[in-house]
Amino acid sequence: METIIKNSTLNIQKIRQDFPILSQKVNGKPLVYLDNGATAQKPKQVIDAISNYYQKQNANIHRGVHQLSIETTVAYENARITVQKHLNAAFPQEIIFTSGTTESLNLLANSFGKKYIKTGDEIIISEMEHHSNILPWQILCEEKGAILKVIPINEKGELLMDEYTKLLSNKTKIVAVTHISNTLGTINPVKEIIELAHKKNIPVLIDGAQALPHIKVDLQALDADFYCFGAHKIFGPTGVGILYGKEKWLNEMPPYKVGGGTIKTVTFEKTEYADLPLKFEAGTPNIEGGIGLAAAIDYVNEIGLENIGAYECELLEYATAKLSAIEGLRIIGTAKEKASVISFVIEDIHPLDIGTILDKQGIAVRTGHHCTQPLMQHFGIPGTIRASLVFYNTKEEIDLLANGIQKAIKMLK
Amino acid sequence: MTIAEIENEIAEEFELFGDDWESKYEHLIDLGKHLPLIDKQYKTDDRLIKGCQSKVWLHSELKEKKIVFTADSDAIITKGIVALMIRVISGHTADEIINAQFEFINKIGLIEHLSPTRSNGLVSMVKQMKLDALAYKQLES
Repeated sequence: METIIKNSTLNIQKIRQDFPILSQKVNGKPLVYLDNGATAQKPKQVIDAISNYYQKQNANIHRGVHQLSIETTVAYENARITVQKHLNAAFPQEIIFTSGTTESLNLLANSFGKKYIKTGDEIIISEMEHHSNILPWQILCEEKGAILKVIPINEKGELLMDEYTKLLSNKTKIVAVTHISNTLGTINPVKEIIELAHKKNIPVLIDGAQALPHIKVDLQALDADFYCFGAHKIFGPTGVGILYGKEKWLNEMPPYKVGGGTIKTVTFEKTEYADLPLKFEAGTPNIEGGIGLAAAIDYVNEIGLENIGAYECELLEYATAKLSAIEGLRIIGTAKEKASVISFVIEDIHPLDIGTILDKQGIAVRTGHHCTQPLMQHFGIPGTIRASLVFYNTKEEIDLLANGIQKAIKMLK
Repeated sequence: MTIAEIENEIAEEFELFGDDWESKYEHLIDLGKHLPLIDKQYKTDDRLIKGCQSKVWLHSELKEKKIVFTADSDAIITKGIVALMIRVISGHTADEIINAQFEFINKIGLIEHLSPTRSNGLVSMVKQMKLDALAYKQLES
């Protein structure tokens, strides 16, 4: 790891200038934004792409004969190709635009469930899933009389792979696991998870919401059957996301939402649905969102995910050392493979109180259960304070966080 | 004192802090620490108002036609604000409580804690206080 750190060449001060919001003041203090796991800030390249869309491109897509509509359709479809290439998916039609990770997961659970899930079937998720990757499956299981199985974790917040292997059976119809835990930062061994499931011909969904901002994802190398993420966590706009599915699955699956754009022919007796990807994209989509997402991906690639990974590793190490030195502070989530997310609790102090005092100092963190209540139950805590770091964060900001926590403890104890 | 008078009194006390957030929050934390707000026997699940993050327990009883509130929270800043609200509202009639506006929270610069996104249970607590008052009013009539 050390050599990577030495080779890290990012000019962070220059990068920060791309993000207008980072020069803001909050509560009279310079903003220290450490809540990137909730949503990341947007570079001006993304803001300009969206603004430019409304000033020069706005038209509906896939249906107009006029010039603007044609140009916008091309821009939107190019955005799909940008996503496809970024993830190394085999075909552009495997990239479905949705409103975000949550809708991607609801789409999959509904559509896949309708086609393949029967009474007595089993669905495997993990103990560290976000509620968005629990509830759609839970509802599906209730509706179909299927059973939800949960891969347990150890005290470091790592999946127990032996237990996972034992859960896989001929009743298992799908495995749905997060790539990176939003609460713990754990990077799960998704390639191994997929390989083990594929030995039994079980498809796998990976929830990549927290992975895309931090690591390179190669869908063909992973051999994932489904993968999803939201644009806003990778520096793109809110309200747009992606569901990737292998063509063979998506072709077989029924539409989830239906309406304009999803059909070939409609009569009152029968409807013939459109081919992929339009079968799953009912209604006028979030066109500027798709274009903004492509701009965000281009931006990330310009900086380079390898550089980002090396720098974030350095940040994580620095932050872990700095925070561990604070008396009474306990880090929740100490996996060997970990992204730059640090959750922690402080002895005898409620996370909300720490978050409030940090906020008064201009430091934005997330407090609470992070939509992972079963995980909080595992650790026996009501919630944590979470600092989630990305490439525009600095060691100086981590120092401010550490000092801010010290101050909060002094005030609250 | 009327509710409005107590609200004004608190607003005046907080004026002393000016823009000094630290002193203001230290005061709130102090209120949270030193006020044993609720009798243990009332700290039960049916009196629990769940915020997304911090919990608030609220108990009310009628004493000589006045409603007396006691409450507690697991987060100390929330508890400090709860203490202020109880000081304002407790010991008044149902009608006075139903009509209370809690304008002082805005005046003393703590309105953010009553925002629905704050997840501290305070918004639900205010609602529950008024519902309790309404229930006592209906009992009386």
